[in-house]
Amino acid sequence: MTHPVRVFLVDDHELFRAGVKAELGRHVTLVGDAGDVDTAIQGIRAARPDVVLLDVHLPGGGGLAVLEGVHETHPDVRFLALSVSDAAEDVIRVIRGGARGYVTKTISPEDLVAAIVRVQQGDAVFSPRLAGFVLDAFAGSLPAGVGSADPELDQLTVREKEVLRHIARGYTYKEVAGRLFISVKTVETHVSSVLRKLQLSNRHELTAWAAGRDLL
Amino acid sequence: MVAGVAGGLADRLGVDPLLVRISFVVMTFAGGTGVIVYGALWALTPVGWPGPHHRSRPPTLQQSAALGLIALGVLLLLRQAGLWFGDALVFPVVLAAAGSAVVWTRGDEHDRDRWSRSAERVPRSAISAAAAGPASPVRVIVGTLLVAGAVAGFVAGTEGLAALRDVGLALIAAVGGVALLFGPWLWRLGEQLTAERRERIRQEERAELAAHLHDSVLQTLALIQRSADQPRRMVALARRQERELRSWLYGADGLRGATNLADAVEAVAEEVEAIHDLNVEVVVVGDAPLDERVAALLAATREACVNAAKHASVASVAVYVEVEDNEVLAFVRDRGRGFDPDRVPEDRHGIRDSMVSRLARHDGRARVLSTPGEGTEVELCVPRRRTATPETPAPSTAADPEVPA
Repeated sequence: MTHPVRVFLVDDHELFRAGVKAELGRHVTLVGDAGDVDTAIQGIRAARPDVVLLDVHLPGGGGLAVLEGVHETHPDVRFLALSVSDAAEDVIRVIRGGARGYVTKTISPEDLVAAIVRVQQGDAVFSPRLAGFVLDAFAGSLPAGVGSADPELDQLTVREKEVLRHIARGYTYKEVAGRLFISVKTVETHVSSVLRKLQLSNRHELTAWAAGRDLL
Repeated sequence: MVAGVAGGLADRLGVDPLLVRISFVVMTFAGGTGVIVYGALWALTPVGWPGPHHRSRPPTLQQSAALGLIALGVLLLLRQAGLWFGDALVFPVVLAAAGSAVVWTRGDEHDRDRWSRSAERVPRSAISAAAAGPASPVRVIVGTLLVAGAVAGFVAGTEGLAALRDVGLALIAAVGGVALLFGPWLWRLGEQLTAERRERIRQEERAELAAHLHDSVLQTLALIQRSADQPRRMVALARRQERELRSWLYGADGLRGATNLADAVEAVAEEVEAIHDLNVEVVVVGDAPLDERVAALLAATREACVNAAKHASVASVAVYVEVEDNEVLAFVRDRGRGFDPDRVPEDRHGIRDSMVSRLARHDGRARVLSTPGEGTEVELCVPRRRTATPETPAPSTAADPEVPA
């Protein structure tokens, strides 16, 4: 990267904000932070960051409200969702709301910086867990009675599934590229394409999947 | 007995249903009105009272007294209306019934059986019975008064109707006055009791929550504070507590008794994390019921995680399990120091016994890919059982040519 990424931090836990600031301070430029929905929307509109680190669980409407509020006026701001929760519904909801990735708060500082840079460059960030969710959602492993004629069943290409599987197994994009004999750029293209499908496919199926799996 | 009116009424009032049934029988003697009242209540009573169940709790004095007053009032009304067999008969029966009721409401099942024969015919026995147990003074006084009234009724009945009428009327007037005076107060007391009970239930729930948090979260926090100089241990403790709390909050309790693959994988991860200071990142795609093949796969997965914990010197290992149409795949990956699989000493059993042969017995396979310096990935696979018919496991001597050496 040529210049440090400008990052805005949204989280209602002051301790966590302080921790992230300390960890990221050297690698990115923190242009602001907020602890609730309204302050966050105003702050982001004013600061125009490259990437917003967004806590999913936020008082006053959740991270989704911030996403929607900012996207109305500034669709170019990119979001990376951050949460303690691995719940499928949370993941799916923020991704569909427009976030370009999802990581859990237990992520290491180095990985978080890498994820922020990736999002800033316009790529998607899929944690192993998120990759697993997507495979599950698109693999037709729906519980009986929920969308038996799943129209999204064939939505992922064989190659996309392969890439996701490797990510779910804990490989980095670079390692995936090496194992599949493709370039890192191609891996990123596949993942971004999966992200788009995840955001645009039939909402009901994915919501029903999340609810049916009882993963809250 | 017919429509459950007596039982329902007793339930609501918190007294023995048999007492209510006796009341109905007594009122039936008083001109046959018991039958009519029963019918009326049947028609007017809502189906199923809301609120907590009353039966398990002994009736309060207030409730019993209220029931008695109601019965008296009804009797007086009947007398006024002319549905009456005669004061000499009805009042002693009523008072005797009331006296025995005082005894009944506090006797246990065994005592009731003993008293049930004598109490109705010989009201005097109620005095001694009431005094014998650890009864409240108020209850003894009330019981004594009632029985004394019954005795007075008998005596008056033998000497003449006029005297009896005087005694009876005086008694009714007194009781009515008391009812007017204390009725609202008694009612309020009943309401307060209900509110108190609700509050007690809430407090019990809170206490249970506090107990759980104390046993789990607070203990872990204390441990974390004490191991501040051991980051690995701190992380492991936090991790373990997170899992535990999550499963407690979101209802996935009893992971140990898991019956499906996804829960069982989590349980395995949790177990390994608890024993070795290692984060196990679990991703499961799809789900399947647990059969012995899946169980074998899980056991091998566990072994792979333990190997990583022991030899790879890493802080975390990634477990990926995918259920496909024909097989179940598991990958255990670490970024540790790796090894050369061809140069594992012959006497090391972990890989060969725990993974390769175990899975071979279930028509599965295991493969270990490792590069020194880059990490290790263990690939495990068992075929899925398509039919529900149980099948004895293949004998352990069965050799599988597919197993890589």
